[in-house]
Amino acid sequence: MARATSRNAKIGWTAAAWFVALLIFFPILYTIITSLKTEQEAIAGFDLIPSLTLESYQTVQSQNNYWRPFTNSVILAVGSTILALIVAIPAAWAMAFSPTRRTKDILMWMLSTKMMPAVAVLVPIYLIFLRTGLMDTRIGLTVLLMLINLPIVVWMLYTYFREIPGEILEAARMDGATLRDEILYVLTPMAIPGIASTLLLNIILAWNEAFWTIQLTTTNAAPLSAFIASFSSPQGLFWAKLSAASTMAIAPILILGWFSQKQLVRGLTFGAVK
Amino acid sequence: MATRQTQGLARLMRAPAIILLFIWMIVPLCMTLYYSFLNYNLLNPGMTSWAGWFNYQYFYTDPAFLESIKNTLILVLGVLFITVVGGIGIAILIDKPIWGQGIVRILVISPFFVMPPVAALIWKNMIMHPSYGVLADVAQFFGAQPVDWFAQYPLTSIILIVAWQWLPFATLILLTALQSLDTEQMEAAEMDGAPAHSRFLYLVLPHMARAITVVILIQTIFLLGIYAEILVTTNGGPGFASTNLTFLIYRAARLNFDIGGAAAGGIIAVILANVIAVFLMRAVGKNLD
Amino acid sequence: MTTTLRALMGATALCATAGLAAAQDNVTLTVATVNNGDMIRMQGLTSEFTAANPGITVEWVTLEENILRERVTTDIATQGGQYDVLTIGTYEVPIWAKQGWLVPLEFDEDYAVDDLIPAVREALSVDGKLYAAPFYAESAMVMYRTDLAEAAGVTIPEEPTWTDIMAAAKAMTDKSKEQYGICLRGKPGWGENMGFITAMANSYGARWFDTDWKPQFDSAEWKETTTDYLAMMNEYGPPGASSNGFNENLSLFQQGKCGMWIDATVAASFVTDPKTSTVADNVGFAKFPTKEGLDNRGNWLWAWSLAIPASSDAQDAAKTFIAWATSKGYTELVASKEGWRAAPPGTRTSLYENADYQKEAPFAAMTISAINAATPQKASVQDIPYTGGQFVAIPEFQGIGTAVGQQFSAALAGQMSAEDALATAQANTTREMTRAGYIK
Repeated sequence: MARATSRNAKIGWTAAAWFVALLIFFPILYTIITSLKTEQEAIAGFDLIPSLTLESYQTVQSQNNYWRPFTNSVILAVGSTILALIVAIPAAWAMAFSPTRRTKDILMWMLSTKMMPAVAVLVPIYLIFLRTGLMDTRIGLTVLLMLINLPIVVWMLYTYFREIPGEILEAARMDGATLRDEILYVLTPMAIPGIASTLLLNIILAWNEAFWTIQLTTTNAAPLSAFIASFSSPQGLFWAKLSAASTMAIAPILILGWFSQKQLVRGLTFGAVK
Repeated sequence: MATRQTQGLARLMRAPAIILLFIWMIVPLCMTLYYSFLNYNLLNPGMTSWAGWFNYQYFYTDPAFLESIKNTLILVLGVLFITVVGGIGIAILIDKPIWGQGIVRILVISPFFVMPPVAALIWKNMIMHPSYGVLADVAQFFGAQPVDWFAQYPLTSIILIVAWQWLPFATLILLTALQSLDTEQMEAAEMDGAPAHSRFLYLVLPHMARAITVVILIQTIFLLGIYAEILVTTNGGPGFASTNLTFLIYRAARLNFDIGGAAAGGIIAVILANVIAVFLMRAVGKNLD
Repeated sequence: MTTTLRALMGATALCATAGLAAAQDNVTLTVATVNNGDMIRMQGLTSEFTAANPGITVEWVTLEENILRERVTTDIATQGGQYDVLTIGTYEVPIWAKQGWLVPLEFDEDYAVDDLIPAVREALSVDGKLYAAPFYAESAMVMYRTDLAEAAGVTIPEEPTWTDIMAAAKAMTDKSKEQYGICLRGKPGWGENMGFITAMANSYGARWFDTDWKPQFDSAEWKETTTDYLAMMNEYGPPGASSNGFNENLSLFQQGKCGMWIDATVAASFVTDPKTSTVADNVGFAKFPTKEGLDNRGNWLWAWSLAIPASSDAQDAAKTFIAWATSKGYTELVASKEGWRAAPPGTRTSLYENADYQKEAPFAAMTISAINAATPQKASVQDIPYTGGQFVAIPEFQGIGTAVGQQFSAALAGQMSAEDALATAQANTTREMTRAGYIK
């Protein structure tokens, strides 16, 4: 009896969960489906079964070589993330393990640097980039993206590090561990999951940045956000082509997200759990 | 543990991040402050002159200014409401023992990986378009007149799009919080015959308070700066119905190329954002300790 | 090619005269362009250009119109030098040329500069000097369904008045069959609904500003324009018209949902293309309507043109490229690859004298007569201090036009009355013009 109800309940919950999940995923699914249609089919009305043509992908590729912006996106996202981690890990470490009275204020201040609207500071930054020769360079954008995401990275690492119990360190020290051992054998293994999920989240944020990456690039450093801007409102409605370009722009990060979701989730608490 | 030596080391470790962010904050801020007192239009570079407070006055007397503040607040609160309530619901749903949990979770978090302009384009063209969108097809299937979303419910449409993008973030954080809930405590309450809704109200919700605070805090900072979604879909209209503060600054900076005006708008936006932040910290900050 | 060799050639180029340099050195041209069909075709034909000019490499920056305009304007105003060739319109050319941001273009005889259509050439010239070469140009006209007009028993004269148009719109509307008498732009934007509404207002005898730069939205002419525009769209227009721009209307017309569509002449080649249009065989053309008693057909004139920013460091190569892309030879190249219909329209008189083109493009005669009739130097029958047909050629117009466009869009969506929309437009525009120093 009890088993039957719990089985029924499971069926019910499963149905509900799948319904919600498919509803949320639908816009992405429909974009992928549309990308496999012909242009005529794409605006012909609701239809979940495409003719599975790769025509749109070919047109997109012939019009604007995908691999260059793709490479730039990878370099910018990974580069800025690694840079951010190099700067943020020591800072978050120090804040977590030798906190001062001001630690919380500093964290809040860091977050507040994200409050200036980007459009308002575009011209100053544009001029700086021009004068320093950073315009349309990967290094310039990498540093910029690092700065934009640094507050989030510090915050995430700090909250994760803080959950590492101090007693473990005490215990290790009692056993005669040196500082080097402490870091290498005790703290690092415990910190890895947090660092991994910070890394993933930051790659996602950097990949999806679509203001500076368009405004400060022309050809050499232009990533996939600029690639999308070349298809976004053409003359005429080319939704199959737009869908194909959109799919190409989001696919890499979507796949990365799917494969690493467990790691992503593990550290994505922002100190939400005590 | 906190000897003087480790304190010094800690300071050294903190320094690079703080110095970098300080430069990143102070240089644009000072330049923006300076520009905000200039008559500086990019299209008339020869005519730059000192403007005093004129840019500020011009910005806040803009006929769209008050509406844009209102829209900013509605946008932020609307998205927060949907993502927090929806996030709690979905988190509870996918925390249940269900078949295909992994896939469900992947599907639910997917919108988070979509670039904002792409998300706006998808929703505008494929979902909400009054003649070719999926929602129009659904309406026609039921014999109803398709809704012209961006003309009739501009702000609501934008809230929906942005909430769709941020729902996964909220869900994930709330899910981790939910999973850390003490199951024994829950089972005990269940044994005692506490009904589901009071278990939720007195056990689950208080446990999630901290996570909800984090969601609100982080999202607010991102939501105050939303403008790409507006630009792609409604362009701030009809009228000023979907113009928020950031979009107003965008209009000054990128349509009028009025650098002085945009700078003044930027400073006003920073001040307002800080007011909101202080208010937020007062309201929910105690959850963060 | 090795780096050393490249450096060597660069050095050689520095020593050589400018003229020689264009032909021989290794330069990379960065061409900024919009993602319209004709430009994408040009991008696809780049190899033909580089084959003829082995020293030049072409890098494309293709962006959608608004983002391109933002990027290019910021770059040129800050002397950024990121681009060597810009794709800009008749709106930017006079403004930027006056700022000294563009290089005047002088072509040799092969280019046949006198072959450029006079109205277009004039719109791209300042003080008699050409500052941009037209890639394709357009005016506006009525495109209508001959089969629907016949079925409804209406004829649309070649030179219609607005009364003719409204009568025809009424007769052709059958909402039960999703068939709407008239499709017009409603999406807010200075280059979207305000392009059409400004041209319509011109034909009603209205003007944006009087000679003291005072906005004129409180005038009787604007009121009449607005009332008729809203009446046509509400009664005979498609649902959701306040989000329809050029693209949406093009698609609606191609799918047979519009009886008439008044828009840019360049659309004619899309709606008569049997590959994309279901109504390709049943399209008729007429001039842009005018108000009875007036002879003003809107004066719409736009030319997507190629220009060289003064900050470019490869001006000679850029000129070589522009001369190629806007030449007669390029038109012939496109015609040989994709047929005459695909030739970029509206720039050269010789195209319209070409028998092959006339045969393949049924819209040719109407297009050229619309372009020739446009007088953007004096768009309104009243006295005006500005130039520009479907826009006002002042730097502030992008912002003002978009803000006013929002009001019209709101009125069309039924969120405010026509009077309120005009009053708000008047107040906003007065405010902006005072700030910009036009109104003393």
